[in-house]
Amino acid sequence: MHPRKGPRRVGDPGGVIRLFVNGEEHRAETGLTLAQLLTRLELPAARLAVERNRRIVPRERYDDEHLEDGDRLEIVTLVGGG
Amino acid sequence: MRSDRLTIAGRPLGSRLIAGTGKYPSIEVMDSALEASGAAMVTVAVRRVDLSRRGEGSIMDVLEKRRYTLLPNTAGCYTADDAVRTARLGREAGLSELVKLEVIGDEKTLFPDTGGLLEATKTLVKEGFVVLPYTNDDVVTARKLRDAGAAAVMPLGAPIGSGLGIRNLVNLRLILEQITDIPVIVDAGVGTASDAAIAMEMGCDGVLMNTAIAGAGDPVAMARAMKLAVEAGRLAFEAGRIPRKLHATASSPIEGTI
Repeated sequence: MHPRKGPRRVGDPGGVIRLFVNGEEHRAETGLTLAQLLTRLELPAARLAVERNRRIVPRERYDDEHLEDGDRLEIVTLVGGG
Repeated sequence: MRSDRLTIAGRPLGSRLIAGTGKYPSIEVMDSALEASGAAMVTVAVRRVDLSRRGEGSIMDVLEKRRYTLLPNTAGCYTADDAVRTARLGREAGLSELVKLEVIGDEKTLFPDTGGLLEATKTLVKEGFVVLPYTNDDVVTARKLRDAGAAAVMPLGAPIGSGLGIRNLVNLRLILEQITDIPVIVDAGVGTASDAAIAMEMGCDGVLMNTAIAGAGDPVAMARAMKLAVEAGRLAFEAGRIPRKLHATASSPIEGTI
């Protein structure tokens, strides 16, 4: 591995990525999967729907969906309503 | 469809009363009220998960335990695009093809934007949704929605949560006259039991209500009243009422008077 020239920047491999989850900014490590993010947020995958950059991610893809810097996620669930 | 059970897209339901799950003072009251209402299908909304309340109980625990059929709505959507996006998310979260489609056109009355509603209905029908559009009491719009493939039409009785009952009996009657191949379900504006009975007596296939029960002084008692009202109205409709007359016709015999 070559020595790094400057301070670690967002988006560097092995570094930190910036995500927007339900409008809030979160930091996470590069390569984090959606499944891992949900676990970290203590959200069971059942009864959830996730949109990544305006596209719904099917449940079966959560383990394979590697998040990238700048991703905008909407994590929704079903609540009371008329 | 005038059969013995409310049937939507081939699925028969156990009740002609569809209940909302919003605005209850607590999950416990909601649970008891829904049970008292006898509803088989309940609406739910699609909203962002509250990330700060991780792992706490949600209404879904109760709804799934009681095995209600879920009807996700697109409440809060003011454009066809938003409604379609929300419907897709609702399908993914609820694992259901059913959607109560709302495209709102006015903040004060929450009346539907019928143009957007029609557009969203067409899109969602193409994507395989079973679309139940919340619409106004205009028969032309109802026909367009039916022709676009809606599985039912759901005309409002009065603005959502207003409790004003069926404001336009004539308009509703016209819809019932012309829409006979899919269910007509009054959705919105019901205030008390008689409103629900009136809708059913006219020949509606079902009634959808939320505030009337959740906002009542005693939601569980009101839920029971509504259950009875929907049943009474339906029975009266099926029994065939007497005609309205201007003058009296005596009920007791004329002969034999002293």
